[in-house]
Amino acid sequence: MNRHEQERIAEVLRQALPPVDVNAAPDRDLWPEMLRRLDEPAPLAFGLLNRPWFDWALLAALAGFAAAFPSSIPTFLYYL
Amino acid sequence: MPEPEENLIERFRQGDLEAFEGLFRQHQRSVFGWIFRIVRNASAAEDLTVESFWRIYQARVRFDPVRPFEPWARRVATRAAIDWLRRQRPEVELSAQLVAVLPAAPTGDPGVAAEIRAKTAQAFARLPPRLRVAALLSVVEGQPHKEVAAALGITVMAAKLRVFRALRLLRKDLEAQGMKP
Repeated sequence: MNRHEQERIAEVLRQALPPVDVNAAPDRDLWPEMLRRLDEPAPLAFGLLNRPWFDWALLAALAGFAAAFPSSIPTFLYYL
Repeated sequence: MPEPEENLIERFRQGDLEAFEGLFRQHQRSVFGWIFRIVRNASAAEDLTVESFWRIYQARVRFDPVRPFEPWARRVATRAAIDWLRRQRPEVELSAQLVAVLPAAPTGDPGVAAEIRAKTAQAFARLPPRLRVAALLSVVEGQPHKEVAAALGITVMAAKLRVFRALRLLRKDLEAQGMKP
């Protein structure tokens, strides 16, 4: 894709999705909700378990591949 | 006179709720605005603002007080917004009905018909969220690559690459639908 095509598709995208109002603000005071949220117990291992299913599927596939072809492990590590 | 931000941050890092409220009130509008640019849904942006500040509070001890708070908050917010986009199905996120009510850009080319805009928006919603966010912020919202890269936690070159890949995939999708953008 050359520069001209890139500019053209960018323009089409801008036409389809105009920028949002930069001065937009929340309609309500969010602090009470924030306090409620802080009172809730944190989920176990937040950030680790809270992943989409396809992340786990990818991890399982990688683990399976590494188990089948151990010589590929250094290559994986190199690209991490 | 409002308390200097450095003092607030120091107390916030120690878990002081009052200091956290100070930071929340100081930055909630900009964090909301940033998330709104990404998810383009005011109600979701409000929920994600709370989610982002919750993540910020949970990670307070990892915050480096030497660095400014705003870019860090923006990065956390971007991650929360991407997680939200991943959970949405494209057809729910940008239904034909929603696209139909989208206003045309003020400098809109009259040749770009509503149908093309709808198909473009739907094709865009099908892109991987990480690419979509880079293109939205950079191409649609006109944010500098440096800002986009900082919000995504990647290099400027990687941000440019994501934008390029997003546009290329979008073009392919539109071509597959018989459109020649």
